[in-house]
Amino acid sequence: MASTIQTAPYVKKGKLGKRFVKSIPFYIMALPAAVYLFINNYMPLPGLVLAFKDFKANKGIYGSDWYGFKNFKYLFATGEAFTITRNTLLYNFAFIIINTILAIFVAILLSEMRSKFKSVYQSMILLPYMISMVIVSYLVFAFLSTENGFLNNTVLKFFGKKPIPWYSEKKYWPFILVIVSCWKVIGYNCIIYLSSILGIDRTYYEAAAIDGAGKIKQITSITLPLLKPTIIMMTLLAIGRIFYSDFGLFYQVPQNQGALYPVTNTIDTYVYRGLIQNGKPALSAAAGLYQSFVGFVLILTANLVVRKIDADSALF
Amino acid sequence: MFTKQEKTFQVVSHIVLAILAINALLPMVLLFMSSITDDTTLIKEGYKFFPKKFSLYAYEYVFKTGPRVPRAYMISVILTISGVILSLVITTPMAYALSKKYVLGRGFMNFYVFFTMLFNGGLVPTYMNYTNVIGIKNTFFALLLPGLVTNGMYIMLMKSYFVTSIPDEIMEAARIDGASEFKVFRTIAIPLAKPIITTIGLFSGIGYWNDWQNGYVYLTKRDDLYSIQNLLNRMVQNIQFLSANSQNVANSDIGLASIPTVSIRMSMAVLGILPMLIAYPFAQKAFVKGITLGGVKG
Repeated sequence: MASTIQTAPYVKKGKLGKRFVKSIPFYIMALPAAVYLFINNYMPLPGLVLAFKDFKANKGIYGSDWYGFKNFKYLFATGEAFTITRNTLLYNFAFIIINTILAIFVAILLSEMRSKFKSVYQSMILLPYMISMVIVSYLVFAFLSTENGFLNNTVLKFFGKKPIPWYSEKKYWPFILVIVSCWKVIGYNCIIYLSSILGIDRTYYEAAAIDGAGKIKQITSITLPLLKPTIIMMTLLAIGRIFYSDFGLFYQVPQNQGALYPVTNTIDTYVYRGLIQNGKPALSAAAGLYQSFVGFVLILTANLVVRKIDADSALF
Repeated sequence: MFTKQEKTFQVVSHIVLAILAINALLPMVLLFMSSITDDTTLIKEGYKFFPKKFSLYAYEYVFKTGPRVPRAYMISVILTISGVILSLVITTPMAYALSKKYVLGRGFMNFYVFFTMLFNGGLVPTYMNYTNVIGIKNTFFALLLPGLVTNGMYIMLMKSYFVTSIPDEIMEAARIDGASEFKVFRTIAIPLAKPIITTIGLFSGIGYWNDWQNGYVYLTKRDDLYSIQNLLNRMVQNIQFLSANSQNVANSDIGLASIPTVSIRMSMAVLGILPMLIAYPFAQKAFVKGITLGGVKG
């Protein structure tokens, strides 16, 4: 099958010149995207040398003096690299574990639901995924605002507790960010697991039911085991992206409050702040290159493992 | 015996899912109720689900302050439409070309697209490139260009659809009739690829409507080019500024008292969400389909 497509009947392999002529229309079709990717993705790459420069704005990237690994040394010596790496990794681990478990839980409930409410629930749970992080930050603010927030004015008051200045107390933020992330992405993840569950042959369940297995038994001995490949794939791919974070979540939702940086600063927010707010583009570039490089290695590794398990799920 | 368990299971599922579904909506309800609450009531009692006194003053104020909001809306609409069209125009033909196994140099072309998904320079070199070399800082293109195909992912998604769902044999008859590759692409491939084109268009549309980052990074001098998200973002900072100096405001400037400072941000956010909520029921099905198509690899 594959080989018949490979050598489409009207072009025999081996005749390079003829193949080239036949390929020309496709080169033309590929051109706009090729030009775009060149501008957007390839042209910036030489700029990565900035990470190794003692950047002076008046000299430009290429005119500035070489600095060796000093930017990286600074990054790691001051502990900044440690903080942002720790935050990025810990949050991602929390997201992977909590969001996966909850998404599977919701997907199983939805898949077993025999009622027209099923699609209503699904739409409602997916809705937060469609909302921009700026607006999410407003939603969070409505709950957490120190003066006017729902928590301080209604919930805490009801329990007779003092108001909490949420935006300056860092100890709450790991929980807040995990909850917000969960609220936003659960619907998306659950659809992936749901589609995988719906692909399971129904006759397994019928056979189990005849043997007297109840719902719970069916879930633990049919659904979950058959879902394992999807869970492994999703988790591995998430691990491949563990060095990256959702800039909006960590920048917008805590409203860029300095008091919260120790627990909200990730590699992405650090890079942004260095570039735009603090005027340290070389340090930013160093942190960005560190992220790109480790991220690249992680993606390759994760994919290698995925391909070993199930070649069809691999990215490449 | 198990029918009883089945029943309990259904009831419990309904309860759990209903709670989760309501949880998903609650923040938006709070947002909406706050936006139609009287401002002085808000200052006294905070944001509430059941406010004591209603008022549409915040909305009135938003539209009375001048052309800012309608303008930002317009920018968002133009940006979303042009972004979707442009991203489809460059994604579809490239994806189609990559799906043809007999194209010479296909391996290289694949790698060229795919590499962008594995490695990218990150914010700093991209920013330097767009600012110093391409020179789109403080122009509309700064909103449009950086998010066009999100690192080749759309191309790869669409390519795999062409490969698996539209075999080349279908086009053979047209070729034998003498149709050019461009005609085959236009008259056969595109109509057959409608599901994936809709999906990618939808993803890209949501991306453009929700994007705030490009405007935040690149529009440093041109706040007249702000999209609705950029405007919302700017208002966070401005009101932070206001509340940081709230004592001065309360004591000295009476003119500022007429700004519904507490409800206005909520009404703005409602205006930002609204188009999404209106489009959601129509877009939802295609969106869910798109997630299952590309989800695992996304």
